[in-house]
Amino acid sequence: MDFFTAILTATLRSGTSLVYATVGETYTERSGILNLGLEGMMMMGGTAAFIVAYYTNDLALGLMAAMAVGGLMAAVHAFLTVTMRANQVVSGLALTLFGTGFASFLGKRMGPADGINPYQLAGLSGPRFSPVPIPGLSGIPVLGALFRQDILTYALYLIIPLAWFYLYKTRNGLNLRAVGDDPQTADAMGVKVFSVKYLYTILGGMLVGLGGAHLSLSYTPGWSENITGGRGWIVIALVIFSMWNPSRAIWGALIFGGITALQLSLQAQETPINVPAPFLSMMPYLMTILVLVAITWWEALSKRVGAPASLGKSYMREEK
Amino acid sequence: MKLHFEKRKSPSGTVQVLVPVVSFLVSLLLTGLMLAAFKVDPVATYLAMYRGAFGSRTGFGYTLVKAIPLMLTGLGVSVAFKLRFWNIGAEGQLVMAGVGATWVAIFWSAWMPQSLLLPAALAMGCVFGALWAGIPAILKVTIKVDETLVTLMLNYVAILFSQFLYYGPWIDPKGQGFPGSAIFPEAAWLPKVFGPASMGIVFALILAVVLWIVMNRTKWGFELKVIGANPASARYQGIAVGRNIILGILLSGALCGLAGACEVTGIGHRLQEGLSLGYGYTAIIVAWMAVLNPLAVIPVAILMAGLLVGGDAVQMRMHLPKAMSLVLQGMILFPMLAGSLFTEYTVRRSHKAHTPATAKEGGA
Repeated sequence: MDFFTAILTATLRSGTSLVYATVGETYTERSGILNLGLEGMMMMGGTAAFIVAYYTNDLALGLMAAMAVGGLMAAVHAFLTVTMRANQVVSGLALTLFGTGFASFLGKRMGPADGINPYQLAGLSGPRFSPVPIPGLSGIPVLGALFRQDILTYALYLIIPLAWFYLYKTRNGLNLRAVGDDPQTADAMGVKVFSVKYLYTILGGMLVGLGGAHLSLSYTPGWSENITGGRGWIVIALVIFSMWNPSRAIWGALIFGGITALQLSLQAQETPINVPAPFLSMMPYLMTILVLVAITWWEALSKRVGAPASLGKSYMREEK
Repeated sequence: MKLHFEKRKSPSGTVQVLVPVVSFLVSLLLTGLMLAAFKVDPVATYLAMYRGAFGSRTGFGYTLVKAIPLMLTGLGVSVAFKLRFWNIGAEGQLVMAGVGATWVAIFWSAWMPQSLLLPAALAMGCVFGALWAGIPAILKVTIKVDETLVTLMLNYVAILFSQFLYYGPWIDPKGQGFPGSAIFPEAAWLPKVFGPASMGIVFALILAVVLWIVMNRTKWGFELKVIGANPASARYQGIAVGRNIILGILLSGALCGLAGACEVTGIGHRLQEGLSLGYGYTAIIVAWMAVLNPLAVIPVAILMAGLLVGGDAVQMRMHLPKAMSLVLQGMILFPMLAGSLFTEYTVRRSHKAHTPATAKEGGA
């Protein structure tokens, strides 16, 4: 493989978990719910996926466990913020605290009792998704990288256009966007605002859980402490970067994933260009801020793009 | 019959005390059940945590060490939240302040009178923290950019920038390539006052009282409250909303900054890995549990710090991961979040539900 094909292959592998979680959080935020619990949810998703896959030797069951755990944690967030009208920022942070803590706890309790390190999950190797190169296509220079991935990455080639189509071209997608932008009006038009918020927060959580599963079952197979390494927070940035549009999620993930891949390969070889690694890592965050400033500006001028207008606010139906 | 939620004019005092206490008990119970499910003795675990954090003078000293940054960032965050400015960037402000204090402590010591070195380092920390918070404040006031996301992004920029410094230009020339700045001259060390706890504890206690007075007994504090409650009405009353938001957030950043300055001058005496331990995120929880009351921030910060130190004790004595303390923190918050409904609303039963006028489904 030449240098660019190798970089792109690594980028897609590293970006897959980010894209799952970004599409999920995009749907959640479109319903007006900001969920800052992603870091904890991805970690729990990855942990649950590994535990179930390890004991059942069944990857599909592992994925289902990740989705169930992600969905369940998102349901807690929905209950607290929609029904109990709690502060979304604090509720999300609580999920992250709980998720990171509980994942670490499970990692030290759920391993087999008779191993070298009793009860520890770290160091165990379970089943994993391996890259399945598609004959013919995977040989194309550079773009062949798209066709030497695992099944979870291939699934994204379907999920991304579907997620876009559903959001912009279907009645349900329209209702979802209406709830995020103007819940009062959506309610008056007969949309069940609370159900929509619950539904897409939970759906989003399931996708976030899958993102975590890709980490523990494919990207860095196995369980380790801090398996997500801040990816949950990066996703919050990616959602903004893609301006709440699932079809753009891929670009942000490519840039973030690309930077990770580039760093790894720069560390591996001597290069004439010497950009300090921290500055390279800083770029995505700075770019996200610039994008945020730009869309806010643009929105003030034209009202055409952007954030769900009710993002982060509790919706109260009957004020007397 | 259906339930009605009416917004309280002011949060109920009794409920405000009752909700955190009940939540704490509920979290102990839920976590205890969880521990029992994994065949871990909950009572022994809690006892180990309590003894580790509060059971001895040394243990309490370490609890205070962790309580100092939580108190200062908690105070900072509560000022911002009073203004409904969702500053979740306390972590970044703390780290940038560590950078500022290090800059003074190492590079100004050659020409500065030694007695002024420590105050200057602390002040520079406050300035760096304030400036780092000032960026999102100015973006918010001038072009209405969402501050939650900007403050969050700036945390990463700050942490990476500090890494760049202590891996790169500021690396200790005598450190044999080990990442971290040179050790500060002793004139820039913050004295210890209670076991391992530095003078930061004194700053935090004084500032909590000062901040309470400013927020509750001065015209400026009143203006900040009005802006937080209703910016439109504040503008109508002739309050300079934009300018006051910026000033309030600079103060918030300076308080978070003091936390970072106290960390580098009081604990490691150098800029190194481990400055960003997540205090800035826990601070949000501290501020929120303290219902943004500066005086309540102090005990809440001590409790949260106790959980952290207790987590370490559990790891040593019970061979459980110290992340147990994170589980407990999360578990306290869930019932508290649910309970916040009752501090802000009164619930009334209504029997009119069958009349056509109110026949639509109950909203909550």
